[in-house]
Amino acid sequence: MSGSSFDTSKPSGSFPDTWKKPPFIKNKTLRWLVYLAVILYFAAAFGTMDINWTRAYEGLPRGAEFIASFFPPTMIDSNGVDVSGTIVEGILESIWMAIVATVAGIILSVPIGLGASRNLAPTPVYLFCRGIIASSRTFPEVILAIFAVKLFGFGSFAGLVALSIGTIGFFAKLLAEDIEITAKSPNEAIESTGAGWFQWVNYAIQPQVLPRMIGLSVYRLDINFRESAVVGIVGGGGIGATLKTSFERYDFSISATILLSIIIIVMMLEYSSGYLRKWVQ
Amino acid sequence: MLRLVNVLKRYKTGDVALNNVSLEIPDGQVIALIGPSGAGKSTLIRCVNRLVTPTEGKIFLGDTELTALSSRALRKARRRMGMIFQEYALVERLTVMENVLSGRLGYVGFWASWFRKFPKKDVQEAYRLLDRVGLMDMADKRADELSGGQRQRVGICRALIQNPELLLVDEPTASLDPKTSRQIMRLINELCAERGLAAIINIHDVHLAQMYSQRIVGLKLGELVFDGPPDGLVPDVLTEIYGEEDWEATIEDVDEDDEDVDEDGETEGPRT
Amino acid sequence: MPIIQTPGGPTWQRRTTPKQLIIWFSWLVGIAVVVFAWLRIADNDLLWVYMPTVGREATDMVSRMVPPKWSYIDVLWKPIWDTLNIATIGTVMAMILAVPIAFAAAVNTTPHRAVRAVALFIIVASRSVNSLIWALALVFILGPGILAGTLAIGLRSIGGCSKLLYEAIEEIDHKQVEAIEATGASRLQQMAYGIMPQVMPTFAGVAVFRWDINVRGSTILGLVGAGGIGLQLSGSMATLAWTQVSMILIAILGTVVISEYVSAKVRHAII
Repeated sequence: MSGSSFDTSKPSGSFPDTWKKPPFIKNKTLRWLVYLAVILYFAAAFGTMDINWTRAYEGLPRGAEFIASFFPPTMIDSNGVDVSGTIVEGILESIWMAIVATVAGIILSVPIGLGASRNLAPTPVYLFCRGIIASSRTFPEVILAIFAVKLFGFGSFAGLVALSIGTIGFFAKLLAEDIEITAKSPNEAIESTGAGWFQWVNYAIQPQVLPRMIGLSVYRLDINFRESAVVGIVGGGGIGATLKTSFERYDFSISATILLSIIIIVMMLEYSSGYLRKWVQ
Repeated sequence: MLRLVNVLKRYKTGDVALNNVSLEIPDGQVIALIGPSGAGKSTLIRCVNRLVTPTEGKIFLGDTELTALSSRALRKARRRMGMIFQEYALVERLTVMENVLSGRLGYVGFWASWFRKFPKKDVQEAYRLLDRVGLMDMADKRADELSGGQRQRVGICRALIQNPELLLVDEPTASLDPKTSRQIMRLINELCAERGLAAIINIHDVHLAQMYSQRIVGLKLGELVFDGPPDGLVPDVLTEIYGEEDWEATIEDVDEDDEDVDEDGETEGPRT
Repeated sequence: MPIIQTPGGPTWQRRTTPKQLIIWFSWLVGIAVVVFAWLRIADNDLLWVYMPTVGREATDMVSRMVPPKWSYIDVLWKPIWDTLNIATIGTVMAMILAVPIAFAAAVNTTPHRAVRAVALFIIVASRSVNSLIWALALVFILGPGILAGTLAIGLRSIGGCSKLLYEAIEEIDHKQVEAIEATGASRLQQMAYGIMPQVMPTFAGVAVFRWDINVRGSTILGLVGAGGIGLQLSGSMATLAWTQVSMILIAILGTVVISEYVSAKVRHAII
């Protein structure tokens, strides 16, 4: 309609001089109801929060002290004792825990993941395996760790069990989802050669899901290391116990050292996982 | 008047995209810039509004030396040059009106633009332009709901609302069908005539270039190899620009005006 | 390449010999590391004292947990509400802070390389440290309660949200921004008009995604005294009130399942 028949001399004064962006929620009533609901929610949320502001205010200098203790971090505690040995030992324990939990979790995840794929497994197996995945995903590792500590006693084995179960929930689910979206045609091609079930999985499914799974396992190692620092808080071994003790004694400089160590190790893991993923592809 | 003096652009990779190009474009002249892919057409118009900074040489718009401007002054100078893009480059998730008004960003402050509080006369002008290109009813539609031809019209409005002295047009028809391409080219031409705008139009289609420009400039490997009237594009010249090919079929009588002038209604439906 | 000439004629191998050796060697090293790690963990005398009785203890624990003490839910409503508030307010806080950090961290919007390095460090630092550890620190600094929990969730989420946001910012269509730049818009205006509209859907998606994670995360904060239902959990565990423990687990399960449902619905509605 760009023809020159248009009256190009039409003065701009004959056009509206205001414009409003159409609102995200078109229905006016609904829009106001949503606003109202949001306001009411936040009013209720803040109104029912029991916050001891005086205590928080008194804590501010301690917060400053905490931040200051990062510059520089130290390995000497408030009694003048060198705790570097304890810290190194705790971090190593966390690393061992993360490695074993990742490997054990993945080994257990493979059969469960295969069983939880709709295109591989018969319905009863499928439901059973999905049930395992759902139940291990529901609770955070820390809660799993509490129960593992009750059963296996304090120490890294309890943490290991908790992290392994967590790994199953994570890994088996993603594996099953990946298998379910594998391309149909290679699957059928291999099946039509008369391959057995295991041969079929080996030749048709495995090449399609392996690269991503390798990337995911490094990612999970990273998660497990971070979580291993936490399970120690409830007695599951690793660096968490040392960290908790340092806070309880207000040895913030020790806490800072431990936190920085965790951050550096996670950074290294992240860097190497990116590298490994490139190498695999 | 736009003046390029010995402009050279060397990219970090070492490729020379423009080699010693000098060009003068008087006010109100529409020129078509033709040449094979990689000849430096895009680089040339991007050097003018400094989306790409030339390595050597000077560019003047009127008395302003564009190549010497600080970033603040550059913003001001950019207001004087409207740009129309290949594949429209509309902000897809904004409404048509916001896309048009974004042409005024060089004139309004940050908070006014953040709250979409544009001066009344800008809004009026936006409506007038949308009406001019036949998109009055589309103001509240999101840009990604429009068809290709409609999007390019919005792109044109965005450039024109800047109230520029010069249009920089980069492959305006590259993703449009032949009919819509002609409509868009004609629209740009008409608008330039109405407002006395100069324009540099990068275009692949030699025939469209001949039909809708007053002057043609040919680039090859970053060098200016042709500068003349549309009917100067004889087969030898095209061979010089593009390489050996049978050109007779491509060149048509420039005076031949297509007969769909009167019946070019927008027939395509909006894209989903 | 993988066809090897042998005295008996060419044979096909999946990989060339040196590559095969590297792979075998990597496996060897990997297995050695895992075995070593396992030996370090298993080197715990107490463990083998507990081990034989684990099965019995587990059944014993479960039998003490049933039936759950249903009436205990009356006590749990407030902690569940607190848990949800910690997650929601923590997420809102994190999103507000994550936006500028993400713009500072994205290659195409960062004002300076040094600023980008700082932003990336904030992201890694926040992400590396679990919300429970942030909570632990904050409980000792600000005192126990919901404030420490909310801030902990917020601090942990800043990194997670910023990371997803800055990746989205780096993946935008640059031509749309260039078109805004060509009009003479300032850098801030380019962000507001060229970048924000493109990343808004991701922002909304990230917020909902993070909220879902945070509901899960805030159920345990009470273990270190930072508010929410975890407080009741650790209390009940300490007093060996097993039927309350099972009730709390059910409540957590319900909260998590509902939040997952809600976030899936909301995500569906906005994308």
